[in-house]
Amino acid sequence: MAQKRVLVVGGGLAGLACTMKLAENGVSVDLVSLVPVKRSHSACAQGGINSVNDLTRQQGDDEWLHLDDTVYGGDFLQHQPPVKEMAYAAPKIIELMDRLGVPFNRTQEGFRDQRRFGGTLFKRTSFAGATTGQQLLYALDEQVRRHKAAGLVTMHEGWDFLGPIVDDEGRCRGAVAQNLVTMQIRSFKADAVVVASGGCGLIYGRSTMSMACNGSAASRCIRAGARYANPEFIQVHPTAIPGADKLRLMSESARGEGGRVWVPRKPHDPRAPREIPEGERYYFLEERYPEYGNLVPRDIATREIFDVCVNGGLSVEADKQCVYLDLTHIPREELDRKLGGILNIYEKFQGDNPRDVPMKIFPAVHYIMGGLWADYARSREGGLEAENPRNQQTDIPGLYAMGECDYHYHGANRLGANSLLSCIFTGLFAAPGIEKLIGSLQASSTDAKFDSLHAGAVAAKQAEHDALLKQAGDGDENPYEIHHLLGEEMTKAATVVRRNDQIEAALTKVGELCERAQRCSLSDTGAWTNQNVVFTKALRDMFPIAKAILRGALQRDECRGAHFKPDFTMPGLSSDDPTERRRQAEKWCDAFQAKNEKWLKTTIATFDDAGEPSITYEEVDTSLIPPRPRLYGLVGAEMIEEVWKERQAAKDAAAKREPALA
Amino acid sequence: MIAPNKDYARPSTFDVRVQRQDAPGKPTRWERFRIPYEPNLNVISVLQKIARMAKTAAGEKTSPVAWDCNCLEEVCGACTMVINGRVRQSCSALVDKLLEETPGEIELRPMAKFPVLRDLVVDRDRMFRALERVQAWVPVDDYLDRGAGPKESQDSQESRYPLSECMTCGCCLDACPQYTKIELERKPGETDDSYAARKTAAYDTGFLGAQAISQAILFNDHGTGKMLADKRLDSLMGPGGVAACGNAQNCVAVCPKDIPLTKSIARAGRQVTVYSIKKLFDR
Repeated sequence: MAQKRVLVVGGGLAGLACTMKLAENGVSVDLVSLVPVKRSHSACAQGGINSVNDLTRQQGDDEWLHLDDTVYGGDFLQHQPPVKEMAYAAPKIIELMDRLGVPFNRTQEGFRDQRRFGGTLFKRTSFAGATTGQQLLYALDEQVRRHKAAGLVTMHEGWDFLGPIVDDEGRCRGAVAQNLVTMQIRSFKADAVVVASGGCGLIYGRSTMSMACNGSAASRCIRAGARYANPEFIQVHPTAIPGADKLRLMSESARGEGGRVWVPRKPHDPRAPREIPEGERYYFLEERYPEYGNLVPRDIATREIFDVCVNGGLSVEADKQCVYLDLTHIPREELDRKLGGILNIYEKFQGDNPRDVPMKIFPAVHYIMGGLWADYARSREGGLEAENPRNQQTDIPGLYAMGECDYHYHGANRLGANSLLSCIFTGLFAAPGIEKLIGSLQASSTDAKFDSLHAGAVAAKQAEHDALLKQAGDGDENPYEIHHLLGEEMTKAATVVRRNDQIEAALTKVGELCERAQRCSLSDTGAWTNQNVVFTKALRDMFPIAKAILRGALQRDECRGAHFKPDFTMPGLSSDDPTERRRQAEKWCDAFQAKNEKWLKTTIATFDDAGEPSITYEEVDTSLIPPRPRLYGLVGAEMIEEVWKERQAAKDAAAKREPALA
Repeated sequence: MIAPNKDYARPSTFDVRVQRQDAPGKPTRWERFRIPYEPNLNVISVLQKIARMAKTAAGEKTSPVAWDCNCLEEVCGACTMVINGRVRQSCSALVDKLLEETPGEIELRPMAKFPVLRDLVVDRDRMFRALERVQAWVPVDDYLDRGAGPKESQDSQESRYPLSECMTCGCCLDACPQYTKIELERKPGETDDSYAARKTAAYDTGFLGAQAISQAILFNDHGTGKMLADKRLDSLMGPGGVAACGNAQNCVAVCPKDIPLTKSIARAGRQVTVYSIKKLFDR
């Protein structure tokens, strides 16, 4: 029988981790990537990677608490078994990365140093300067290069994945891809295909994401029948540097190392920031959230910054929305050692030195919590079953989704420094299941009986490509212009604050843009390194996901994590009278319970042939940690928490009694 | 240092001259584009504008300029090109600064030491191949659970980390007088695999350059990585190894990440010397 092969699409952390694990076990891998893998978007991750560690353990931390922080931060929208498995694997993953030579920052004694990140009270985050993602990416890239040198991995860098090849029985047998230089379209025969293509920030025009993050690979899986989950959950990072071409990330680690967010109390105060005395500064995060301060979870920090600027009118500048992120009180030497990388980015692109002058920042689209629907196999202990081929498998048997492009792990809001972890974890953990799957297959994708399937798939993609080139003269639309307009619509309607009338208007406009995108005129009709045609294809494929984001957001009439609708908030308690306050808290908890019964569900987008999504809902597995209200900063939080705990205790007691009765 | 020209008036437009080439082996030509001035532009946003208008300054229709980019924050290395005569990343090349250097005009060329695929897109496979030549990895036994890696002092981390920031952009090589272009023409009917094999063989005879030498040192400095030190030094001793360095020191001057490349090269030279003496006595 022919040797089985796996095709991995995407060479960021998830794709590389999966590749190296497969190769370690002797599986041959073809790796297709838009860019040389060392230039993948994972390189942009700055702050660090989370895990419980020896120090936090002594402060009472354990894996269970990492799980708890992650699902609480994610507003309980994630299935808990995959998160549990990830939290328990995390310490081992950090140690493996350490073995691979990642230059993690060290303590005086030579141990790995850790910093604190948002949404937790423990210092769980290991880091390598302020370029942790780059360092992890390089470590995995080096391992994959080692397997390439040994002949197990074949690299296809500079190829665009055009879609999976699915046989009559619905099983994935490989994929079609196009070379970005020669424009050749060919098929890759594979017994399993792993899509690890990252997020789709380009749908928003400008975001903190790289130019390869256009979501086209996920969209092409949708076209082949895969479903997409939790599309409306988009993380807007609180601190980015506004730019004409990109909104560059300013890592959460700037706050983790003591950075303070403030605005002048006097709107648009013309004085230089350092001349404004302490008393005239409004440290709004510290005032509103005394416990977490500047390190509240990202969705909350983002909304507060947005609120202070848009509703409070306190933006630092009159014609541009921004607030100060201030590091100037921290010694330069410490800043250079711990944050040098990101501070240099600010200096290079803005021309000001953040060691001397507070940075001006504003929120930007940053991470896609939703993604391709993927399966998992729950173990008896509530984690995942190792080596089960169902883990990370999409609706199409043999087609897997990993990393940012799947929907697990982060729920309604991702905690900082959990994404590098989830990417590496999925790649490493799912690889043995894939190996098992391909071992169990009767037929091999290289069997002659699949030749015509592959040839047909290539011919279909070639025809689409040729038609697009030929259409050049007939069309009157500019793809770059349409992309710009799409980004504006999406940013307006589906980021920090969402209103149903705005989303409905955006749905109409995005629908129009989608039709216009079909009439794109190409300014380049050449058959060599034609970036124009590649971009136009990616643009067209943005629409199904863009529509799913809007539809999901429109239908979800509640607030959860990053999804915030002011018309559906649950205000805190207003009464000062203890009895009345108690009554209000009871009512609040009733409302919360009802809200969860209705909305604590995974959003599932299914697409018709035209790429139009329809939305249904699926239950969430919250069997490990019962959902509880997320009360950061809410008035009356203590009282609500008290009532909620009593109710939970009663429920737990009832659950204990029941088996005894039976 | 020259003081920035503060009096220089902001123009309403500025010109960008781009060296264009349709494909490998095709002639080059210059094309001029006129861009409306806005504050805070970088070269990437200029190229995006050119792609959108696809028209020269003379109003003639032309194909969009092809160029590489990804992260736009100078951490991926993709968008490297020669801007106003200096090799650098186009994302961090700010138009206001460039116009201070040469008022009214910006000149873009592809990197000089790598084969041009089209316009400003070059083939830098040779750099990745060089990483393979020097075995730039830590030879771990497996990816199973074996506890932490070697303990490391702050000093050691602080000397390894800058080397590990190398984003394989190629600035150091483009500026190096000893690093010469290796470009092979594809033979008619040649398969992908045999063309790739011929390229690899040709690359392996060329100078490794500062990038790969520095990476060899990075891994020789790591507790486990150094277990392959002798093999890396074998590559550094061979043809195209560290001896080919002419000490021009251009590499360190153009490195966007301020990596101490000449220090790495000096250290590589010393390690090779010690290793060759050791080899002599071990014979």
